[in-house]
Amino acid sequence: MNRFSEYMLPPAKSTTAEQTDALFHFINVTSLILLLGITVAIILFAWKYRRRSDDDVTPVITHNSKLEITWSVIPLILVIIVFGWGFSGYMNLITAPDDAYEIRVVGKSWLWEFHYDTGHVSVNELHYPVDRPVKLVMTSDDVIHSFFIPDYRVKMDVLPNRYTSVWFEAIETGESTIYCTEYCGTAHSNMLATAHAHTQEEFETWLETAGSEDDDLDPVERGERLVTRNACDTCHSADGTQLQGPSFQGLWMSEREMEDGEVVTADENYIRESILEPNARITAGYQPVMPSYAGSLSDRQIDAIIEYIKTLE
Amino acid sequence: MATEEASNAKKLQVRRYKPEEYPEKHYLNQETGLWAWLTTVDHKKIGLMYLGSIAFFFLIGGILAVLLRTELLTPARSFMDADVYNQVFTLHGAIMIFFFLIPSVPAALGNFILPLQLGCKDVAFPRVNLASYYIYVIGALFTFVAIVTGGVDTGWTFYTPYSATTGGSVMIMTLGIFILGFSSILTGVNFIVTIHKLRSPGITWAKLPLNLWGLYATSLIQILATPVLAITLLLLSMERALGIGIFDPALGGDPVLYQHFFWFYSHPAVYIMIVPGFGIISEVISTFSRKVIFGYWAIALSSLAIAFIGFLVWGHHMFTAGQSSLANMVFSFLTFLVGIPTGIKIFNWLATMYRGSIDLKAPMLYALVFLFLFTIGGFTGIMLGALAVDIHLHDTYYVVAHFHYVMMGGMVMAFLAGCTTGGQKCSGKCTANSGPEFHAPSFS
Repeated sequence: MNRFSEYMLPPAKSTTAEQTDALFHFINVTSLILLLGITVAIILFAWKYRRRSDDDVTPVITHNSKLEITWSVIPLILVIIVFGWGFSGYMNLITAPDDAYEIRVVGKSWLWEFHYDTGHVSVNELHYPVDRPVKLVMTSDDVIHSFFIPDYRVKMDVLPNRYTSVWFEAIETGESTIYCTEYCGTAHSNMLATAHAHTQEEFETWLETAGSEDDDLDPVERGERLVTRNACDTCHSADGTQLQGPSFQGLWMSEREMEDGEVVTADENYIRESILEPNARITAGYQPVMPSYAGSLSDRQIDAIIEYIKTLE
Repeated sequence: MATEEASNAKKLQVRRYKPEEYPEKHYLNQETGLWAWLTTVDHKKIGLMYLGSIAFFFLIGGILAVLLRTELLTPARSFMDADVYNQVFTLHGAIMIFFFLIPSVPAALGNFILPLQLGCKDVAFPRVNLASYYIYVIGALFTFVAIVTGGVDTGWTFYTPYSATTGGSVMIMTLGIFILGFSSILTGVNFIVTIHKLRSPGITWAKLPLNLWGLYATSLIQILATPVLAITLLLLSMERALGIGIFDPALGGDPVLYQHFFWFYSHPAVYIMIVPGFGIISEVISTFSRKVIFGYWAIALSSLAIAFIGFLVWGHHMFTAGQSSLANMVFSFLTFLVGIPTGIKIFNWLATMYRGSIDLKAPMLYALVFLFLFTIGGFTGIMLGALAVDIHLHDTYYVVAHFHYVMMGGMVMAFLAGCTTGGQKCSGKCTANSGPEFHAPSFS
């Protein structure tokens, strides 16, 4: 059964995953047995009652009420069991415990932002303690996204005009992948994030030092880290590869034509503006899709990113 | 209960016509030339024109599917970039659903067979019938314009606010589908009136061929659900063109409202696609097993039950969309109820084969493949109806697979079964058997 489970589903790493899996396997196995029965009947009948001559005469069987009631009522009982089981599991999935640790989630095209109670914002990496319920309160900055951690069997759409939430309690430390499962445009399939389950102490240490862990690096190296950490590289390559946004390679001090025909030199002020107010000026040939980083990057961090871009000739 | 009288009855006498006995003038050579075809009000010719058109779209949709699967052979990009890929899957979905699946059995095969099975000369409104074909063509032209003028990358569901903000030709595309809806409505009205008013003497409701019960149930859904899609797409276009806030939160609208409107049509539309398939399978299995259908009323009424309950389950597309848990519970329960009449049909078809004289000609092979693949589609549907499990499976390839089992494994098999049976009626010749007999098992 374990092998079978591993083949059918991702590893179960939350407290609620087990019950979802149990129902999944129940429906799967029941369906397979019934499908096998139906398939055997099809093949058996097709062989046993094959036409032997053009003059075959067959009996007239119009109906059989007892049989028909049987095969209506038994499936009805089965689906009512499945319904009740599925509903009770669902109630567990949507009812977060009162003492859950809350993290705010913002979905943007195409990255995930996680806001912690200390004011720290992490991009595309979610950190939380293990063995403690965690509740994510989510909203979107633009179109609809959907937040999905397969290992925890939780999923919820992230909408631009309201808050939705999911909760889970991790049962082991380690990393899991977060997916966006509502089609949201060009880089939808790259809208990935990593969920890090820590022990309570590790998590507290992480939260204390979060945001300052790169401070002692030199600016260029720090900028490179920040570009990855803030998911800039989802859309901007460092090697000239054409993605959703212009590549950083050869950007520094180059002449760029904007959508409205204006020609701009890519200096410090242009890069700074592009980070904080991305839609103020759009390079010709690109879509105005970048979210603003105002509030999530400090001036010192922006300086470091600019230093890094300078090195990409 | 079973009666054995028939086994003592005298042997069946079937009069088979030889080709030299066919009448000299028939519908195909009575009038010839392009103009005669374009202005015809003969339901058989209109059916054939529909058949040609949907076969064309099936080819286009199929080529797009092959492109998608080829790109997906390897995880890295092979020959399509993300934007092209997004347009290709959008077109594959929109073309297969709106231009192939929805008109496939009703408009093409239904037009041809319905009056013949009722024993009337034509459908009730032959000119409206021709008009519905032209409306279909105009809708199709709009789609081609949309493809040429920038493409559409919203997915076939046109979810807001993405569809309200993305570039491309969303408006032309939705306009095309808006127009197409009227074709569907006109065909529905035509069939309902024909079945009510033009049955030959002696064809009572209790003797109506099961294919017609399928078409009748389908027509009811077509005229009741399609207007909702039309209104929704009109509102979407108004929002894009005039900036009236209905679905886009930036303008004060609600994106979940769009999903309610859209699925209120598009869930019943799934039954527009599959219920006429049930009708064809009932006829084919009965004919090629040389048996009366087992449980006539159960099959006829379950089609109507599916059509009715099908209107009340749209919310199961939105289990993770942020609707209330009460709504989720109700929609989940109703979804399971649709499973029951569907299961009844499968068992009835099997029982029809019991003690029959089964002739494994092409249509019967397609029907048996239908039984196998459609049953998988049904069971995966039960899986998706279960709330806790759906939370995990929603918006994943599991749903895509479920849908394709029902549509490709179910509807397309039924359509091919219908084509291979109907082919003999259309042409007066026997379909070549070696091709389809190899073709059908290759699907399973």
